[in-house]
Amino acid sequence: MFLFFLSSGMFLGWSLGANDASNVFGTAVGSRMLRFRTAAVLCSIFVVLGAVISGSGATATLGKLGAVNAVAGAFVVAFAAALSVYVMTRARYPVSTSQAIVGAIVGWNLFSGSPTDNDALTKIVLTWIACPILSGIIAVLSYKVVAYFIRKFNVHMFRLDELTRYGLLIVGALGAFALGANNIANVVGVFVPVSPLNDITLFGVLHFSPTQQLFLIGSLAISLGVITYSKRVMDTVGSGIFKLSPVMALVAVWAHSVVLFLFASQRLEQLLIGVGLPSLPLVPVSSSQAIVGAVIGMGLLKGGHNIRWKTVGGIAGSWVTTPLFACLISFILLFVLQNVFQQTVYCAPGFVGTPSGIELTQRPSQ
Amino acid sequence: MAFVGIVRNRIGIEKEIDHFLDLASNSGLIYIQGMNAYLANDLEGFGGYLTQNINTEKQADTLRRSIEDLLYRKTLIPESRGDVLKLIERMDALLGQFKGVMFRIEIERPIIHVMFHDDLKNLNNCAVQSVEAMTLSLRAYFKDISQVADHMHKVIFWETESDKASTKLQKAIFRNEKLGLDTKMQLRDLVKHIDRIADQAEDMADSLAIFVIKRSL
Repeated sequence: MFLFFLSSGMFLGWSLGANDASNVFGTAVGSRMLRFRTAAVLCSIFVVLGAVISGSGATATLGKLGAVNAVAGAFVVAFAAALSVYVMTRARYPVSTSQAIVGAIVGWNLFSGSPTDNDALTKIVLTWIACPILSGIIAVLSYKVVAYFIRKFNVHMFRLDELTRYGLLIVGALGAFALGANNIANVVGVFVPVSPLNDITLFGVLHFSPTQQLFLIGSLAISLGVITYSKRVMDTVGSGIFKLSPVMALVAVWAHSVVLFLFASQRLEQLLIGVGLPSLPLVPVSSSQAIVGAVIGMGLLKGGHNIRWKTVGGIAGSWVTTPLFACLISFILLFVLQNVFQQTVYCAPGFVGTPSGIELTQRPSQ
Repeated sequence: MAFVGIVRNRIGIEKEIDHFLDLASNSGLIYIQGMNAYLANDLEGFGGYLTQNINTEKQADTLRRSIEDLLYRKTLIPESRGDVLKLIERMDALLGQFKGVMFRIEIERPIIHVMFHDDLKNLNNCAVQSVEAMTLSLRAYFKDISQVADHMHKVIFWETESDKASTKLQKAIFRNEKLGLDTKMQLRDLVKHIDRIADQAEDMADSLAIFVIKRSL
């Protein structure tokens, strides 16, 4: 039964792959520096690695926002987010999966009467504003540095083309890793508290915790989305907002990856705290916002004349509507599942949301 | 594998473009030698240079096709490949012009009075220098874009000189009362044909100036 409920998480993972892979490799494929097939394979591998190795940091913050404590509730939350992302992907907008899942969780909180952790919500919403700005700033600074070195070393046109392709492969892999690490929380984060999975040890060496198993399943779903459906949004990101040169494409992916890494790395957080510096919150930021911020940043650097503001407006509009839409869908579906299909979509405080926990909550009414 | 493929493609196309530009430069030198041979009434020598130029043009054609094939099949420099192809095709057309003038002379065998020799040599030199400056501009476009302007202004200089030489020569031809109108018109067409080489080089330089702006960081 748990696997059935997890299917909505798989759907969300697939939607994320279809949508967010474009953020990592859209500029490279859109500027025709990399073939879609190469980009899709590389992205899939590194998303899985990022999710399994480094996915737990952002998941913890998402858990604080609202701990969905019944597996059917988690199913609806993931499904509502997935549906929102899917609708936006169909419309070719690089929508934020993070926003969709946050909207859906808030919808669950509203339905279940659970309090929404305002601190966590504020932290997440602030990153929605900070993320594109930070990404734009990093992109502009990085582009200045790269342009300086290209001028200084008089790089041959074909050598530059070669270096840019290497760069796109490496930075793209880094970006896919960061995407997996940061955004896996969106895909299966809501299932973590209700997971009935047990520890697995392979060949006596490889140890997989239940969370890591969930991350692996989720990241495989992301990979499937990348391979089967990400080409359309890649075209929008690659050339829809601003016609990027290959070097700009490289810098955009770099800025995107750095931003995702900053908001996902527990090691970096520990390092900053260790040296007495303020750390960035570990939250699932939107890779779409990061890449769009980077592209606009470089467009502005070039005078801003060639930016297609209509497309930007459409994307920004989708960022506002996505969490609201996901929240509404989540609320409606929770109502339907509870009242039409007689499923327990949330547990009263004090019960654990595993299947056995749900049985406990259901017993008094039987 | 992707990494190895990228390196192999890069080295291949760099060599081919370099070789193509070498041929463009050689073609001008062969042309000058051939024209000097014709003016010295060395028809055998002229024929040899004409054959040499035909072979050079053939090689350049083969290279151009190979460059086009590599650029499109391997999707190299996707943002600039249209511009590069246009430049390579135009450069190939310039090579064709050198061959064309020599062919014209081979077919028509015009009688060029010795009094026009110096002016004609000057015109030839201007045409070849403009193409040479264009070749250097193009090399810089690939290798060091900041140097393009240093060579490109020379193209414009030599085109202006070519216009002056052409006008001077045409005046001299038409003011010579010993020549018949048929000879005057034949020589005028030849002079215009040579002058067109520098004009085409200048058109190419104008396009290159825009392509440089497109590639600026």
